[in-house]
Amino acid sequence: MTDAPHLTLVKSAVTWPDELFDVLKRADIRQVGYVPDAGHSRLIALCKADPDVHDVSLTTEEEGIALAAGAWLGGQRAVLLMQSSGVGNCVNMLSLVRACRFPMLMLVTMRGEWEEFNPWQVPMGAIVKPTLELCDTHVTMAESPDQVVPLAQSAAQIAFGGDRAAAVLLSQKLIGRKVWK
Amino acid sequence: MTEKTLERRAAMATLLADRPQNLFVVPGLGSTAWDAAAAAGGNDDRDFYLWGAMGGAAMIGLGLALAQPKARVAVITGDGEMLMGLGSLATIGVKQPPNLFLIVFDNGLYGETGMQASHTQNGVDLCNVARACGFERVLDVYDPEGLTVLAGMLRKSNRMLFARVRISREDAPRFLPEKDGVVIKDRVRKAVALLG
Repeated sequence: MTDAPHLTLVKSAVTWPDELFDVLKRADIRQVGYVPDAGHSRLIALCKADPDVHDVSLTTEEEGIALAAGAWLGGQRAVLLMQSSGVGNCVNMLSLVRACRFPMLMLVTMRGEWEEFNPWQVPMGAIVKPTLELCDTHVTMAESPDQVVPLAQSAAQIAFGGDRAAAVLLSQKLIGRKVWK
Repeated sequence: MTEKTLERRAAMATLLADRPQNLFVVPGLGSTAWDAAAAAGGNDDRDFYLWGAMGGAAMIGLGLALAQPKARVAVITGDGEMLMGLGSLATIGVKQPPNLFLIVFDNGLYGETGMQASHTQNGVDLCNVARACGFERVLDVYDPEGLTVLAGMLRKSNRMLFARVRISREDAPRFLPEKDGVVIKDRVRKAVALLG
């Protein structure tokens, strides 16, 4: 979800988004679907700046599942960047992934999980992992910066090597608590 | 509003007659998938027949069109399927892929579930939605002449377009393509690889 300009993050000197971008490049990701998101803002900016990557801003996250399926049909690899609330929007479209055994890589920034200030984020945030697992997705969570790269590399391998869905959840501990400026 | 309509099977057959090798089709869930299968006389390797994923046809087309500039990608879906993915018109309008052609067979009905009314027979105009989302070329097709123009654009145009094809309300007999999603996916990927 888009953050209002008056919102900012406590942490700013983080390097994991740049490292994630390198993981995506090494995995030959050529299409990136995303709904604008504070936690993914650095990674999205890197993708937009890369002429070899099609960046596709979505109106809702389920569009990104269908986009990735189409990309794979055309011979390209894609990734879907979203916030935990977006996972709920994807549920039926993930049938496409399972029915056709499409590779589907998802990087999910968490809300409602750690030091959350907005109670409306909690209901979906609390059920992201079981929801994805019910949809036959391999799920791991990175809670510290050193976990991000190995888990993302592993998820890419599971998705594109195993023709299935894999998601890495990026804990709010990585992203920092949202504060009112 | 014109009252003229086209028969859906004949319209699909006209659009896909003497189909160039690089014309790929994403037929949306339901009647348009049966129409495409009927036009192929069974199955065509270049068709990604949807048996589910309602609302996803246009975005599957976008992913394919971006990935494979040599392909011409026609998403041919129904009004109900398009309405479920209305936001994708905005997403595609922003990207402006030159090799993507969105065609909606519009009868104002949800055919697969028993011919209930869709929003398009109650005031929602998909051509206007497409224009508002940034489609500069929008065709309203309701007669054989218009259909011939659209078929020509599918083969030659280098600009994305949106076309509403007004079809009659008669339900055509079921003509079912392959149902195994893995088979359908692998066939399309092989056909894409043949483009080189």
